[in-house]
Amino acid sequence: MNNPQNLKYTQEHEWIKVDGNKAVIGITDLAQSLLGDVVFVELPQVGVEFAAHDTMGIIESVKAVSDIYAPVSGKVLEVNTALEDSPEIVNQDAFGKGWLVVLEIKDADELGGLLSAEDYEKLFAEEG
Amino acid sequence: MAKENLKKTPLNEKHRLLGAKMVDFGGWEMPVQYSGILEEHRAVRGKAGLFDVSHMGEIDVQGPDALILVNKVITNDAAKLAVKQILYSPMVYENGGVMDDLLVYKLAEDHYYLVVNASNTEKDFQWLLENTEKLNVQVVNISAHTAQIAIQGPKAEVILQKLTDYNLNSLKYYRFDFAKVDGVAGLVSRTGYTGEDGFEIYAGPEFAGQMWEKILDAGKDEGILPIGLGARDTLRFEAGLPLYGQELSPEITPWEAGLGLFVKLDKEDFIGKAALVKQKQEGLTRRLIGFEMVERGIPRSHYPIAVNGQEIGWVSSGSYAPSLDKNIGLGFVDAQFALLGAEIEVVIRGKGVKAKVVKTPFYKREA
Repeated sequence: MNNPQNLKYTQEHEWIKVDGNKAVIGITDLAQSLLGDVVFVELPQVGVEFAAHDTMGIIESVKAVSDIYAPVSGKVLEVNTALEDSPEIVNQDAFGKGWLVVLEIKDADELGGLLSAEDYEKLFAEEG
Repeated sequence: MAKENLKKTPLNEKHRLLGAKMVDFGGWEMPVQYSGILEEHRAVRGKAGLFDVSHMGEIDVQGPDALILVNKVITNDAAKLAVKQILYSPMVYENGGVMDDLLVYKLAEDHYYLVVNASNTEKDFQWLLENTEKLNVQVVNISAHTAQIAIQGPKAEVILQKLTDYNLNSLKYYRFDFAKVDGVAGLVSRTGYTGEDGFEIYAGPEFAGQMWEKILDAGKDEGILPIGLGARDTLRFEAGLPLYGQELSPEITPWEAGLGLFVKLDKEDFIGKAALVKQKQEGLTRRLIGFEMVERGIPRSHYPIAVNGQEIGWVSSGSYAPSLDKNIGLGFVDAQFALLGAEIEVVIRGKGVKAKVVKTPFYKREA
């Protein structure tokens, strides 16, 4: 597995890039490989607020339907609209162009509950 | 079920070496994908794909009354078959509900070979045995002694021809013959479950591994890929071919599933005939439809179908269709809504998403 060190992770296979009070959120490379070809992404409306662990959207591969969870509480600032027409970007560049949502972080303390790259890899060593 | 209890085909090791993702499919450990469902799907439509379908069941029916038994349990008419010809048919219960769908191979006037769905093999075999009373016929489940490999796609013939002296071009659709493939005696039929041209090869399990490798090798230049169950499902679904457990079940009759072509009421009595005659006279209350999504969303099996917020049916199969780049589905609805162009809604995560009824098959290859 090759998970960037500068990102935070969740058990739900999401990555979080913290930038001031913003959190860019996507799914990990392991997640996209477990899902298979992504063919549909449904993202939230800009401005909507979520509590940590709420379902923000849906990501579907040919065979599977998965929820996208809010890793921390916050308001949606931006969504990756390019994925509506080209969901395959998630497979091609999960840690980059395949980002999903940008949240305005409501409570920075919640970041402490996220995993480091090392923790994440330990949890899913078998699948990677 | 624990993984170690899963049944394995003779090609299990080959799939692992190819890096396939393995899943439990009705008690069988089968490859769901190798390189990826979309890539595999496109390979079969554009070039060729190789499938391990050794999990399918094969039942041998032989004896002076073989035709009587076969015609008693199927809704189609095997009496019309020539030797070396194949017939598709539903098999139904007394109440008309579908027990299975199968292929009937006529080997000789007194000898037939039935190819049935893996998960139904034992049930079908018992059903045949129960119906042999007073008949002079032998029914043998030969599934364990039969490997089945399918090669499908526009390049299937060119590739397979490299491995056999038999003139494949002379083999017509839904016909079969005995031929040597890579020096191994087997049965080759021009059949498949993808909507493409192609062949299914039956041979002894001990030869399956070598044959699998030889075909992949022979097709390298043409771009052949091994294909898992994931793409097998999207391929059959685009081609409008029903899948037992989704479009077919004991609660569904062949009329409802749109398989009326394969029910021959002019045939003398067969199991389920009375129920099917009655349903035809009374008219259908529900029908299988094909639909495509108008709004964004992927239909999935068991999602409700509604009109004006009123539930009128359910999705039996639904998916992104790679060859059409559309989200499409098959489903059962109240007969009054089974009209081309009718506007329906698929209820996705509690929300009605617009769709419209369209013609099936969704995909048809160019002749």
